Amino acid sequence: MDRLTAATVDATARTFDLAHATVRELNQFLHRELPSTAVRRVTVENPGGRHAIAAGLDAPVEVDVRGHGGYYLAGMNQHAHVTVHGNVGWGVAENMMSGSVRVKGFASEAAGASGHGGTLVIEGDASLRCGISMKGIDIVVGGSIGNYSAFMAQAGRLVVCGDAGDALGDSLYEAVIYVRGRVKSLGADAREEPMTDADFAAVAELLGRAGFDHAPSEFRRIASARGLYHWNAEADQEY
Amino acid sequence: MHTPTTPDRHLSREESAGYDRKVIDYIRNAAAHGLYEIRGLGAKRALPHFDDLVFLAGSASRYPLEGYREKCSTKTVLGTRYASKPVVLDIPITFAGMSFGSLSARVKEALGRAATELGTSTTTGDGGMTQEERQSSKTLVYQCLPSRYGFNPDDLRRADAIEVVIGQGAKPGGGGMLLGQKVNPRVAKMRTLPEGIDQRSACRHPDWTGPDDLAIKIEELREITDWEKPIYVKVGATRTYNDVKLAVHSGADVIVVDGMQGGTAATQTVFIEHVGIPTLAAVRQAVEALEEMDMRGKVQLIVSGGIRTGADVAKALALGADAVSIGQGALFAMGCNGERWFRDGVHHDATADYAAIGTAPGFCHHCHTGRCPVGITTQDAILEQRLDPLVAARHLRNYFKTMTMELTTVARACGKSNVHHLEREDLVALTIEAAAMAKLPLAGTNWIPGVTGG
Ligand SMILES: Cc1cc2nc3c(=O)[nH]c(=O)nc-3n(C[C@H](O)[C@H](O)[C@H](O)COP(=O)(O)O)c2cc1C
Ligand code: SF4
Repeated sequence: MDRLTAATVDATARTFDLAHATVRELNQFLHRELPSTAVRRVTVENPGGRHAIAAGLDAPVEVDVRGHGGYYLAGMNQHAHVTVHGNVGWGVAENMMSGSVRVKGFASEAAGASGHGGTLVIEGDASLRCGISMKGIDIVVGGSIGNYSAFMAQAGRLVVCGDAGDALGDSLYEAVIYVRGRVKSLGADAREEPMTDADFAAVAELLGRAGFDHAPSEFRRIASARGLYHWNAEADQEY
Repeated sequence: MHTPTTPDRHLSREESAGYDRKVIDYIRNAAAHGLYEIRGLGAKRALPHFDDLVFLAGSASRYPLEGYREKCSTKTVLGTRYASKPVVLDIPITFAGMSFGSLSARVKEALGRAATELGTSTTTGDGGMTQEERQSSKTLVYQCLPSRYGFNPDDLRRADAIEVVIGQGAKPGGGGMLLGQKVNPRVAKMRTLPEGIDQRSACRHPDWTGPDDLAIKIEELREITDWEKPIYVKVGATRTYNDVKLAVHSGADVIVVDGMQGGTAATQTVFIEHVGIPTLAAVRQAVEALEEMDMRGKVQLIVSGGIRTGADVAKALALGADAVSIGQGALFAMGCNGERWFRDGVHHDATADYAAIGTAPGFCHHCHTGRCPVGITTQDAILEQRLDPLVAARHLRNYFKTMTMELTTVARACGKSNVHHLEREDLVALTIEAAAMAKLPLAGTNWIPGVTGG
């Protein structure tokens, strides 16, 4: 076992092979033991599409997942930086608070759902409901996103380098979406707005963070028309 | 003289049964506003309920326990299936999840104080956990709702149990709402919303849809909290039999079933009165589902929706619930619909404030307005001062103590040294509807409609 030897030599690195260890053992280590060790880098081998890998991290550790992850990979992340060298299932980085998650492959549904902070980068495509209910997270998608993305998104930014599906930004609150490609349709109360200098700067900064080199001038801004913020205006009138 | 038993002989003054004054008022309101009514509290119409059941206590065939000398345990343990730290309560009566936002922070504090003194739990709500509630409540259940407002892993780890809310009895299938008057700066910040907007929120969770996904979601919540905390799943009562089976399949430790009488702080009236089934019917379906899966005692059942008295608690337990939770009753105990509020030893008349929102004590369901005349369901800095958390906590404690005494009195009369030993055989029904829903014999007969012949 070369890897084990390497791990014992380098006290700042540790490898979990999920062909032998369980997700429970991995997460237990990350939650309970890691803070009292010198470990700063954790490699997960043979993730095999398992669920909840590296969920609930709460330390500035780097986690490398060398393969595909299942649902809720790095869910509720705080402070950690997670890279997935493969695809992920539903809800990657759901409810993330801080830190970052990078998916080298594709992401299934609800990527970054209800995220409050941090940065989620998906190099490939993201499926339905990407950024649903987001609350401050920044999401950058290298490819395209599926239908109903950014539904009821409240805060944060979603940058899409490819196309967007149907009903983009339905019932949006204050989150802002930047799309480079085609938008199949906008959802209720979402509208295209002119890009300002602040928008170009934001897109440039987010693309820089994600490591994509498109020109910010290629992006369009989608935001809430705020027409659903109050109930029917006639509500309190008498005739 | 006109007495209610004498029908009005003046045909020119005959009120229509189908279009009575209530219906006419509804239609005229709809015509004037073009908007459905939104209100607080629960269903107001008469429904088959626990009142339609009575206990068969001990006599010659079974003997009762001595009321004051013989012990009757009320200890209640929730979450024994997977959690390494189950919730242990002194009584089977808990406070239901009511959000900070719908209630003031002072009310949340009062609930927490009362619960801690009583040895029971409180539950957060749509809008996250407040410091006031975490500090005052020893056992706090943290809700994971579709909106995920203010949801975060630090509070998750601080909680004593986690409740995944699929639905609520007042509005199964509906999302949350909080009208602009209540979205003050603190509420807005906790929910990541612009101040003063009429908040609407999702009715489905953002990151899972069916029961198979829910099983994975629950696994994630357990992983994040290292399998310590009980996970509850709350459903509004509709297809309760199926929903309970699916919740068990998804890995719930505890299932909360909330019947259609359940309260709310703001929901469309059409939901409150016309969606969901009565608590009585739901408890029986839930218990049958657990029994069929051999999960009685492994997965605990909490029942809510119109639980008001110790008798209601006793009946829910006898039907198979492990605990109950209470929302509206707690509001009433703190002074909801009362004529006065009380501060510094002085009573203040509130009737003018009820009138200002178009109602009167005894009829109020105006929680959605944020103008609660007694300072309970408000975010207004002045109105909320009308509720003193210490006084409110005392009232809550007295109310829960009274119910607990009633519960143990009935249990002893039925010969039980533990309230959890109350059983279906202790009950009969007074109406055919209740007999059919609860699958209990009609009093004085062996007839269970739909089960036994004539
Ligand atoms: C003011 C108020 C606020 C409520 N807020 C929530 C909530 O945030 N989440 C939830 O699951 N249920 C909420 N409920 C429903 C209660 O948790 C519970 O299901 C119901 O009140 C039980 O019925 P009861 O009121 O007849 O006791 C609320 C109820 C009330 C009265
Ligand atoms: S008195 Fe307050 S809590 Fe009670 S129904 Fe009216 S507004 Fe709601």
